[in-house]
Amino acid sequence: MKETTVRDALREALREEMKRDKTVFLLGEDIGRYWGGAFGVTKGLAEEFGDERVRDTAISESAIIGVGVGAAITGMRPVAEIMFGDLSALAMDQICNQAAKIRYMFGGQVKVPLVIRTPFGAGVNIASHHSQSLEAWFMHTPGLYVAVPSTPYDAKGLLKTAIRGNNPVFFVEHKLLYPIKGMIPEEEHVVPFGVADVKREGADVTIFATLYMVHKALAAAEQLSKQGVSAEVVDPRTLSPLDKSAIVKSVKKTGRIVIVTEDCKTAGVSAEIGAVVAEEALDYLDAPIKRVAEPDTPIPFSPPLEGFVIPDEKSIIKAVKETLH
Amino acid sequence: MVEKTKLVDMYRRMLQIRFFEEKVFELYGQNLVPGTIHLYAGEEAVAVGVCANLRPDDYITSTHRGHGHCIAKGADMSKVMAEILGKKTGYCKGKGGSMHIADFNIGMLGATAVVGAGIPIAAGAGLSIKLRGTDHVVACFFGEGASNQGTFHEGINMAAVWRLPVVFVCENNLYAMGTRQSLVMAVENIADRAVAYGIPGVSVDGNDVLAVYEAASEAVKRARKSEGPTLIECKTYRQKGHSRFDPAAYRPKGEVEEWLRKDPILHFKAKLIEMNALTDEEDERLRREAAGAVEEAVKFAMESPFPQPEEALGDVYAEEEGGSGK
Repeated sequence: MKETTVRDALREALREEMKRDKTVFLLGEDIGRYWGGAFGVTKGLAEEFGDERVRDTAISESAIIGVGVGAAITGMRPVAEIMFGDLSALAMDQICNQAAKIRYMFGGQVKVPLVIRTPFGAGVNIASHHSQSLEAWFMHTPGLYVAVPSTPYDAKGLLKTAIRGNNPVFFVEHKLLYPIKGMIPEEEHVVPFGVADVKREGADVTIFATLYMVHKALAAAEQLSKQGVSAEVVDPRTLSPLDKSAIVKSVKKTGRIVIVTEDCKTAGVSAEIGAVVAEEALDYLDAPIKRVAEPDTPIPFSPPLEGFVIPDEKSIIKAVKETLH
Repeated sequence: MVEKTKLVDMYRRMLQIRFFEEKVFELYGQNLVPGTIHLYAGEEAVAVGVCANLRPDDYITSTHRGHGHCIAKGADMSKVMAEILGKKTGYCKGKGGSMHIADFNIGMLGATAVVGAGIPIAAGAGLSIKLRGTDHVVACFFGEGASNQGTFHEGINMAAVWRLPVVFVCENNLYAMGTRQSLVMAVENIADRAVAYGIPGVSVDGNDVLAVYEAASEAVKRARKSEGPTLIECKTYRQKGHSRFDPAAYRPKGEVEEWLRKDPILHFKAKLIEMNALTDEEDERLRREAAGAVEEAVKFAMESPFPQPEEALGDVYAEEEGGSGK
C-alpha cells in the first residue's frame, strides 16, 4: 500500500487506462499541457500521451459532451472533463437526452462508453456558479451511472471501472477531496459499481453520507463515540446503481438513519435514500428518518453564509442525537 | 461526369423515399401510425445527393425528419416502416419510432429529435475517425432552424479547428416549424455562416440532386484527405406540413405551387431523359419497382407483432462484464 491524494489517484487511474487501452482519450477545457486541468488532475498526461489524446477544447460544454458521445458510439472511450459541475447545465441536453438515451431509443444497438468527470461542492468561497452539488439531476436520469467517490482508493478504483464500462458515467469529484490523503494498493485495483462501503462500523445509528460529507460523518462518528454513541457510516460510492441492500442491512442493524448530503434537501439525493428506507426498512426503524442537507438555497459567497448552508459535524451530531431520543 | 448506372440508382432511391413517405402519410390517415410524423417528401435530392458520395461504412447523423436519410444511406425500408408503426421488428424494436431511427450496421448513427443536437455528435464521430486513423467521413444532416442553436456554433467550430472529416449538410426548407427563416435570421444564406469557422461554405439548389451531388463530392474529398469540414446549404422545401397535424397554412399558396413545380424528382427525371440516361419506359419500371418495394415494407411492418409491454424495461443500460446491465 502507498499513501496518495484523491487528485493523484484519479490521475493514476487515467494514466493506467490510457496505457491499457488506446481508445481512451481525454477532452476538456484547459486539461492539456498548459494547465493540466483547473484542479490539476490531468497534469503531465498531455506530455506523456500527446495533445491528440489529451485535448484542450474551446469553452463549449455542449460540444465537449456531444463530441464525447459521437466518439463513444463509434468505438472510442472518451473521458470528458467539465471544469465545474455547475457548468454541466450547459451540456444537459447532450448528457441527459443524448448520452443517457441513445442506447435505449435505438433499441440497444449501441453502447455509449463515455465518462464525464466534474467537480461539485462548496467550501472554497466561489459562490453560486462554482459550488453546487447536483448529483440528483443525474441520479434522476435513467441510462446514466453516477459515481461519488470519497477516498483515493474509491476514486481510483471507480474511475477505472467507469472507463472500462459500457455505459455513460457521470463521475462526481468533490473539490475539497482532491488533496485528501488515503492508502491505495501499489498494484492496480478496481472498485465495482453498485457496492457500498461501510466506512465505519457501528451499532446505534446509520449515517449515510457521500463525497466530502463522508469525512464529516466520520469526524462526527468519532465525536459521538466519545459520548457513547456507536455510529455506522455507509458510503454508497455510486448513486446509480445504488446499493439499496447495504443501506437496508445497516438500518436493520441500527434501527436509525441520518442521511447526510451536500445537495439541496428538496427532491435531492437524501430524499431518494429516505424513500428507499421508508419502502424497504420502515418496520426496522426506531426513530424517524433524519436528513442533513443544504437548506434549498443557491450557494452564497461570503464565508459565514456559505458555512451556514453546508452541513457540518455539529449538524450531523445534532441529527443523530435527535434520532436517539 | 457521373456514370449512368449511378444516376439511375440515385433516381431509384429518390423514388423509394417519395413513395415511402406517401405511404406513411396514407397509413397515418388510417390511424395506423402512433404519435407524429415529419415527412421528407420534396427534400429527396439532399439525402440522395449526399449519400451517393458515401461508402457503406461512412457515417451519417440524422434528424426528426429522418426517413429519407435512412433510405438514402441504404437502410432496410421494412425495418424503417416497422419502427414507424412501433413494431418489435423495427430498427429500434419500437423504442425509437419515426424520430429515432438508427442502423449502426450501415453507419447510420441515429436520428436525434432535439434540433441541432446531432451536430456535435457528428463532430465526435469525426474525431473518432481521426484518432483511429481511417479515411471515413461523416455527413451530418440538420435543418436551417438548427443553425440557430448553440450546438451548431460549438460543434462546427470544434470540427473546424480540429479539421475533422465531417460534411455539415443544412437542409434549408425555409421554415422551422411555422417560422419563416427571415423572421429569425438576418442572413439569407446559412452557408455564409461558414466564414465564422474558417471553413468553406456553399449554397446549392437542394432540389437539384446533381448540384447536391457535386457539392457533396467536393466536400467528401476534402474530408477524406483530412482537409477538414465543409458546410453545404441545400435550399429545398418540404411538400407537406411540419408534422402530423400541420396543414402549413403559414405558407403562401403561390410559394407552395412554385416549389411543387421545382419537384426534385420531376426535375431529375427531365434531366435524365435529356441526358439519354432514362426512357419513359424505364421510368415506369423504376416506379413500379419502388412502389413494390414500399408495399413489401408495409406488408412486413403490418404483419409484425408489437413488442411485449415489459420490453420497455430493457436496453436502459448495456451489459457490463460481470453483468450489471439491465
